[in-house]
Amino acid sequence: MAIPEKIHLEIVTADKQVFSGDVDSIIVPALTGYLGILPGHAPLLAELGIGEIIFKSGETMEDVFCSWGFIEVLPGRVVILAQTAELSSDIDLKRAEEAKTRAEKLLKSGDPNVDYAATELAMMRAISRIQAAKNVTLRRPHK
Amino acid sequence: MKFVSAARLRRAQERVIAARPYARHITEVLKSLAGRVPEDAHPLLAHREKVEKIELVVITADRGMCGAYNTNIIRSALEFLGDHSDKTVELNILGKRARDFFRRRPYPVRSEAVNELQNLTFADAAAITKTLIDDFCNGETDEIWLLYNEFKSVVQQRIVRERLLPIEHIENPDSDKTLEYIYDEPPEKIFAGLLPRSVEAQVFRALLEAAASEHGARMSAMEAATNNAAEMIDGLTLYANKIRQAGITRELIEVVSGAGQ
Repeated sequence: MAIPEKIHLEIVTADKQVFSGDVDSIIVPALTGYLGILPGHAPLLAELGIGEIIFKSGETMEDVFCSWGFIEVLPGRVVILAQTAELSSDIDLKRAEEAKTRAEKLLKSGDPNVDYAATELAMMRAISRIQAAKNVTLRRPHK
Repeated sequence: MKFVSAARLRRAQERVIAARPYARHITEVLKSLAGRVPEDAHPLLAHREKVEKIELVVITADRGMCGAYNTNIIRSALEFLGDHSDKTVELNILGKRARDFFRRRPYPVRSEAVNELQNLTFADAAAITKTLIDDFCNGETDEIWLLYNEFKSVVQQRIVRERLLPIEHIENPDSDKTLEYIYDEPPEKIFAGLLPRSVEAQVFRALLEAAASEHGARMSAMEAATNNAAEMIDGLTLYANKIRQAGITRELIEVVSGAGQ
């Protein structure tokens, strides 16, 4: 059986479809570590954590911030059900940086009332958001 | 008013449509998993042998002026209470209209929330769902039902009464069995993670449908009101003209008969 050249990727969240289109490769933040998916991948089901979904189509690369979700790989088709997914162009970098500083301050404060687990997650989300937003800015071709 | 509702309706409709892919995909994934996991693998799937306590989630609008929309839902809620009079039914109320109605009546109300439907986010739906799931898992209730208006078209809403929990047994179509999956984690764990998400998606959809139907109902109510007002204006104009002419005629008669003497 010939291996297909493209994968049809759909990224959906509860309130909208974030992305739908054919891509060459996908990298997703599974709970057990980042997973790479190329065309012809065997069917797979995994849970996603906080991180970036990176997919490549020709020369263009797109970063999507993702926090929690599921990925289902089917022959020729990949569906990502994410709790949050934001295209890098939609990320509010300033807000993410503020969130990071806020989380850092809370973590360093030593205040017993702080919910450390939640703050740490907030921090991870902020960092991933910033990375997702910045990666694309770096990769955008200079003219 | 009709145009205000029309604009809101369009937005609400778009949201319903935008939420569909997620709901569809999550059901697909659940279906493909269902055959590989024992039926009672998760508490949300477990049917209780004796159903004694039921929670009913009633979704109405916060405002009136939308025809029979609210009345229909409330009537249907009363029917539900009648059908299950041998059990304890507690109400979870969303929307001012239902709250005001049930406040004056002796039915047990478990929770009430108003102004949820405007600017509804998935997080709101998830928060509502979490309370419901907790109640179910703690044994506070044996079944949870939803009651809302489904958006069929602008002039048509359908009342839906559906069971939210326990989740209906999911049938696994045979075609899927040929696919051998690689699981990054044990399927039971993934299944357990997916189930609450699918319940959330169901609640979210119900709320969006309710919001869209509300705007649809209000739009047709407003249109009917505009048409009725137009008819009334026609009738009143005719009446006013008749009176005016009668007055003129009377005065003329007076003038003419005065001049004759």
